[in-house]
Amino acid sequence: MFQVRIHGRGGQGVVTAAELLSEAAFAEGHHAQAFPSFGSERTGAPVVAFCRIADSAIRVREPVMVPDALIVQDETLLEQVDVLSGLHSDGYVLINSTRTFAELGLGDLDVSDRTSGQLLTVPATELALEYLGRAVPNAVLLGAFAAQTYTVTLESVCDAIRGRFPAKLAEKNCAAAAAAYAIVKSQRKEPADA
Amino acid sequence: MLRQVEGSKAVADTVACCRPEVICAYPISPQTHIVEGLSALVKSGELTGCEFVNVESEFAAMSVAIGASAAGARAYTATASQGLLYMSEAVYNASGLGLPIVMTVANRALGGPINIWNDHSDSMSQSDSGWIQLYAETNQEAADLHVQAFRIAEELSLPVMVCMDGFILTHAVERVDVPEQEQVDAFLPPFVPRQVLDPAAPVSIGAMVGPEAFMEVRYLAHANQMHALEVIPQVAREFAEIFGRDSGGLVRPYRCEDAETIIVALGSVLGTIKDVVDEQRERGVRIGVLGITSFRPFPLEAVRDALKDVKRVVVLEKALAVGIGGILAANVRTSRAGLDLKCYTVIAGLGGRAITKASLHGLFEQAGADALESLTFLDLDHDLVNRELAREKRTHRSGSPAENVLRDVGIVGARLVRRTANDQ
Repeated sequence: MFQVRIHGRGGQGVVTAAELLSEAAFAEGHHAQAFPSFGSERTGAPVVAFCRIADSAIRVREPVMVPDALIVQDETLLEQVDVLSGLHSDGYVLINSTRTFAELGLGDLDVSDRTSGQLLTVPATELALEYLGRAVPNAVLLGAFAAQTYTVTLESVCDAIRGRFPAKLAEKNCAAAAAAYAIVKSQRKEPADA
Repeated sequence: MLRQVEGSKAVADTVACCRPEVICAYPISPQTHIVEGLSALVKSGELTGCEFVNVESEFAAMSVAIGASAAGARAYTATASQGLLYMSEAVYNASGLGLPIVMTVANRALGGPINIWNDHSDSMSQSDSGWIQLYAETNQEAADLHVQAFRIAEELSLPVMVCMDGFILTHAVERVDVPEQEQVDAFLPPFVPRQVLDPAAPVSIGAMVGPEAFMEVRYLAHANQMHALEVIPQVAREFAEIFGRDSGGLVRPYRCEDAETIIVALGSVLGTIKDVVDEQRERGVRIGVLGITSFRPFPLEAVRDALKDVKRVVVLEKALAVGIGGILAANVRTSRAGLDLKCYTVIAGLGGRAITKASLHGLFEQAGADALESLTFLDLDHDLVNRELAREKRTHRSGSPAENVLRDVGIVGARLVRRTANDQ
């Protein structure tokens, strides 16, 4: 079972991101379970959502406490919420930021067991503004996540997006996701090429 | 059709396939996406022959359902938490009149203090209202139980509550084989009411019944629910024939063969418990779990049968009867009369507190060693409780316990993740 925890703020589409990821995994024949950490719905409040992906029925209903992957949609949460808690020693971290892990104060995150592509920052808000004209980074991050973890394909992510949003908005989100996917792909190649 | 779908949406689409004729709901929190989904289906014309009535309160919702059902219409509504309490008087009337209304309860805690999260306090508060109560373990079962609920209700002329965990199921997006119209039509015949208000042949229902006959009417209500103990498994069998999967029934034993310890529970927590049971079985622990699908009527014999050879039973429940402890546990204790086994009550998950596998492992190990108190509150923060108790001892005017405890834990929203992580 692959467990993902997504942190963000109300209004950033955190819950939608978890649901889209589950839909992409389902389309690829997996079992998947997406659910929010239920709280009062307020714009700007910290929000957490979860997604489990497995090849057999998922029965467990506890929150994801030992994530295999973390998506952080808002870097300001790093100072407010212990987003890294429970993270697997070889888990993935994807943060929406223009800064590096070191610049975010995460330079001491143990990277010994990780490949370079497992700790990534992506300027998702900037990409969202560029492609959507709105600072909603969820679909962008899912594109980056697909390239980072290979849990789902970019095509499945885009299919899920198309299943959720009106055609015009869906295509913009898919383009943004594809751009993020390409950025991460190129980043991941660097160590091998070097 | 197999879909990756939100629990509420799966239930809305399933209820629509049951061809309800009147749906009434009060569209404010606590409410679910279920009636929102149904109202959209009525408006778009996908659900025809159905009147969606936006009422002014939950009391009105149940009252409209009563009127609709008495007029011979298949009636449905959904509610939760305080909404269920607010309609309570009408809830008792629906069952007392023998009207086969189906209602979803998206289980949530009851205030005060205000809490919007999941537990079973709401439906448990109405367990003696005369309604049949079925509890869903998964969204698949939640969808399936609604189809069965209309069959059971209309066969017995009794209302049925389908209870599904609020948020944990209603807001979870997962794989559901959503029942299809042809299947539902083959399973669920049109509603033929046992009693009907018809202007062409005027009668009254709901007349006053005095001491000369009230006992008898109540006895008949009880006898009718007891009859449901036969009807519910029969309906589940017929459902399996048409839909090709097991859903519903009275109880669900899992790995109970040769078990020394059996956990009894209701609802979605059964999934987490099953994972823990599997892990403990791998270590050689003889443990199983008994899921109760039908809480009303309570299947005393089926429960007794499952418990007859075990050493101990642990009843884990998401509701608390203040002043005594367990509610489900009290029912289980009735069923084990004369059996020589230990019975432990565990109150867990109140107000949305996560029930984790780690906590369940510890709990079941303690139970296996008979080291549990007869009443246990899972993951209770004793320090927090003791601080408040000390305050109350120090001064009479210690303030509101809820506010005091909140202040002690700090900001609630930001604590949620940290708390579960630290519990590891």
